[in-house]
Amino acid sequence: MKRFGNSFLCIGTALTLLLVLLTLLSIFWTPYNTTEMNPAEKMQPPSMAHIMGTDNFGRDIFSRVLQGMGMSMTIALCVVAIGSVAGGVLGALCGYFGGLPDLILTRICDSITAFPSVLLALVIVSVVGSGTGQMIGALGVLFIPSFARVTRAEFARCRGQNYIQNAKLMGAGHGRIMLWHILPNTMQVLLPAIAIGFNNAILSEASMSYLGIGVQPPNASLGLMLSDSQIYLKSAPWYAISVGLTIVLLILGFSLIGEGLQQRSRRN
Amino acid sequence: MKQIAKKVLTLIITLFIVSLLAFFAFQIIPGNPTTKLLGTEATPEAVAALRQELGLDQPVLLRYWQWLTGFLSGNFGTSYSYHMPVSEMLGEKLVITGILVLMSFAITVILSIPLGLMAGSMKNKALDWLCTALNQLIMSVPPFFLGILGCFLFGTVLRWFVPGDFVSYTTDWGAFLRYLILPALSIAIPRTAMTVKMLRSSVLKERGQDYVRTAHSRGSRDCAVLWHHVLKNTLVPTITFLATSAAEIMTGSIIVEQVFTIPGVGRLLLASILGRDFPVVQAIVVLLATWIVLVHFVADLLCQWVDPRLRQEGKGV
Repeated sequence: MKRFGNSFLCIGTALTLLLVLLTLLSIFWTPYNTTEMNPAEKMQPPSMAHIMGTDNFGRDIFSRVLQGMGMSMTIALCVVAIGSVAGGVLGALCGYFGGLPDLILTRICDSITAFPSVLLALVIVSVVGSGTGQMIGALGVLFIPSFARVTRAEFARCRGQNYIQNAKLMGAGHGRIMLWHILPNTMQVLLPAIAIGFNNAILSEASMSYLGIGVQPPNASLGLMLSDSQIYLKSAPWYAISVGLTIVLLILGFSLIGEGLQQRSRRN
Repeated sequence: MKQIAKKVLTLIITLFIVSLLAFFAFQIIPGNPTTKLLGTEATPEAVAALRQELGLDQPVLLRYWQWLTGFLSGNFGTSYSYHMPVSEMLGEKLVITGILVLMSFAITVILSIPLGLMAGSMKNKALDWLCTALNQLIMSVPPFFLGILGCFLFGTVLRWFVPGDFVSYTTDWGAFLRYLILPALSIAIPRTAMTVKMLRSSVLKERGQDYVRTAHSRGSRDCAVLWHHVLKNTLVPTITFLATSAAEIMTGSIIVEQVFTIPGVGRLLLASILGRDFPVVQAIVVLLATWIVLVHFVADLLCQWVDPRLRQEGKGV
């Protein structure tokens, strides 16, 4: 087990780092201009000049994929940030103090997590309208319960332990106990949850943009590009396949990190 | 018996809350349907007439009551865009989506239980690692991309079917079911991988238990121990997971219908969201939510039936 145990974490981290670096690079430099149309080179299959080929307007797909990846990662980062910070604070307070608010919040979180987040996001978007900001807001709010649940369970578990009683006796306040004594001990569970959160956020973003209710056309997003590319599946299959594989790699990277982290914490 | 009555009561309350949320969510929408229907330059008289026709001039609580009683008797309201009863628009689409969801759910269950048991009892470590890695990869493929790959492979390369050439069950059941195989598989395959992963870890956990060692020491074969002892003890988490899967599969079908242009509930829902046709969105949302709540309710009952320990409240495992 030990020999193979952390290979998931290594592969996942390497893959994700590579993709993040490529995305960061694309902010400053892409092989081709992402909006420049070149009718002479439209629908070119992959070659040395265009490693993922060109689309129906003659734009380089690889450059656009890099840009779309940036969009997906930014959205995922925002969604996970909203979900983990708000969910973490709520979960920590509920788990630590307990009582009636805890009971009510746990009930609400349980009911929300029973529904798939994409479905709830669809409902929210149908009320507030579609767009990148709305999607980030909707998904961010919907990611709160799962983080709150994980954090709550950990804080409730740690609350009764001796070292916390000890810290209390030494005169530590609630804030200090939660931040300095309990929080570091919850990282084992929180970090995999964050990795899986990224995985879900990227999947949800891609699904919603694919459906046309997420990122809107002038911006590039992987989901949006996939839905565009589907029309040219017969004449330019490399378009859909390269965009789709990028989504798979992004999700795979984060899911491997999550799995690796879980394996590590299980062993400890 | 008392337990079941209590659960049914909770079910009814949950459904009531769902209906409240679904109704009032669509009341706070900015912009009102009359501008959508008549345009911004409509005369005040026309707006007033339409508001009366749609019942928008009545108090909110009364409208909620009328909507709820109407819903329970099968009257889901009238579409803003098509001016026809929502129930009429839904009828055939509900059957199509229902069958798609059932098909992929069945595939998930049939594939994942044996595969999960196998994955949990793998002896060769390298092979186990390879299977877990492969499983992780399959999990990462979004159903809509799997659908597109399927369209490309079976539609363009092998020419076994024509993407978009959907036949409704009203004309030909055989062709209808054949067309649904690929969409059902694209939803089911990543779901199966997730279920296998979950089942594998529960099997591994159970296999460390004393009762498994006892069974082995009595001379039972690996297979028999897995099937008779381990599977039974992993049933509760599996049922709970499959209930979540049933909900996720439904969301998957909304997206995959788009890939294969299947005229189901999902496409109607999307068209109605983009066209801001709220009565349709509202009706579909309530129906989907009811389905999810019911699935969880059934799963809950099944768990209690499978594991008598759960029947005694407070003394659960």
